[in-house]
Amino acid sequence: MDKTVPDLATAVQGIETGMTLMVGGFGGSGAPVELIHALIDRFRATGSPGKLTVVNNNTGNGRIGLAAMIDQGMVAKMICSFPRSVDARAFTERYLAGQIGLELVPQGTLAERIRAGGAGIPAFYTPASYGTDVGNGKPVAEFDGKHYVQERWLKADAALIKAETADRLGNLTYRRAARNFSPLMATAAALTVVQVARIVEPGAIDPEVVVTPGIFVDRIVAVPNAKQEEALMRGGVAYA
Amino acid sequence: MSAKLSNAQIAWRAAQDIEDGAYVNLGIGFPEMVAKFQPRGKQAIFHTENGVLNFGEAPAEGEEDWDLINAGKKAITLRPGAAFFHHADSFAMVRGGHLDVAILGAYEVAENGDLANWSTGPKGVPAVGGAMDLVHGAKRVAVITDHVTKDGKPKLLKRCTLPLTGVGCVTRVYTSLAVVDIEHARFVLREKLPAMSVAELQAVTGAELVVPGRIGDLVAPEL
Repeated sequence: MDKTVPDLATAVQGIETGMTLMVGGFGGSGAPVELIHALIDRFRATGSPGKLTVVNNNTGNGRIGLAAMIDQGMVAKMICSFPRSVDARAFTERYLAGQIGLELVPQGTLAERIRAGGAGIPAFYTPASYGTDVGNGKPVAEFDGKHYVQERWLKADAALIKAETADRLGNLTYRRAARNFSPLMATAAALTVVQVARIVEPGAIDPEVVVTPGIFVDRIVAVPNAKQEEALMRGGVAYA
Repeated sequence: MSAKLSNAQIAWRAAQDIEDGAYVNLGIGFPEMVAKFQPRGKQAIFHTENGVLNFGEAPAEGEEDWDLINAGKKAITLRPGAAFFHHADSFAMVRGGHLDVAILGAYEVAENGDLANWSTGPKGVPAVGGAMDLVHGAKRVAVITDHVTKDGKPKLLKRCTLPLTGVGCVTRVYTSLAVVDIEHARFVLREKLPAMSVAELQAVTGAELVVPGRIGDLVAPEL
């Protein structure tokens, strides 16, 4: 029942070339920087995993985390709502050169597609994007006199997320606004890997405050002094 | 023609219509300025897409907690009675009709309520964020904008020419020259700069302004 693993390299085992990977975080808030860097380390050593489809709200910032993964050429396609940031060179250069794909999804639709994926709902209707270029070509239906666009669920082979505290059964709490997409991604991936600031014994987290129940979590790795992506970016750090 | 309102004055004017206790989402960039101009005694509860209700102003430099940011990725603080939630709940608040007001910027607004504010065309990297969700569901979807483009062309049009963010979604437009409601797919003039004639305003507006009996003066303090 103990879902803890000893180190980051073990935590990211089984994430292979061609997979769809969800990565938690909104900008730097909640970005699982150490898990991403562990995946980059393996890619550098073995050439795998590459050709990944990555789901995140953004496409990274500066030369660290998700941006560094794109820089390494590990990502074939991004599914995101806002592929811009203060320093979006990594994605922008590859996109304009035709070296990386982009599926642009309105932010609320992205969240709901992931939620639906985790909840066993194959499709749903949303008002977002009706009558726009983004909604163009998707099935449309009218409910109570208003038009809605059909969207499909989004699932992944694996999710990398960051939480604050986990017990050994995988129950999670998050820190401030760092939860964003992570509780949804935890439900929608076949393999959910979580880096946490601290691991506690079962019973040490009040059941009233659990945000992600352990049923959605497969592996937990302790990263006590995790780097904050925004702080790294502002410090000019590059992981390359 | 008299001097137009500055961006701060447009934001001030929009802020005057926000009720005490209203749940409000301000689009990133220019609309964020609205928070600074809430009238004394009226306190809105601000929502940000990335999962915070009731956030306050930016912290002092050096005091930032980068796990506590707004949709524009800027550091924020919390007000007493704040709440955190995940992204699906956040957009349930948006699309589910729970927000009272969303205030957004615009490239173009059409008389039928269509809004274009996310793309200026196929060049570069497209990015939409939460704009296409935010235009649906809030009880009032207001736009703040200069009345004309940098080249002096109307931004209030019969039909938008740029890629749409949403159809038939805008209910009120606060510009540098006027306050205009969108009712039954028409621009209805509510307020204008006192020194400007209706004819002058119509000349810089790309669709017909319906002029009701009484038009208010658009007056903002020096800011």
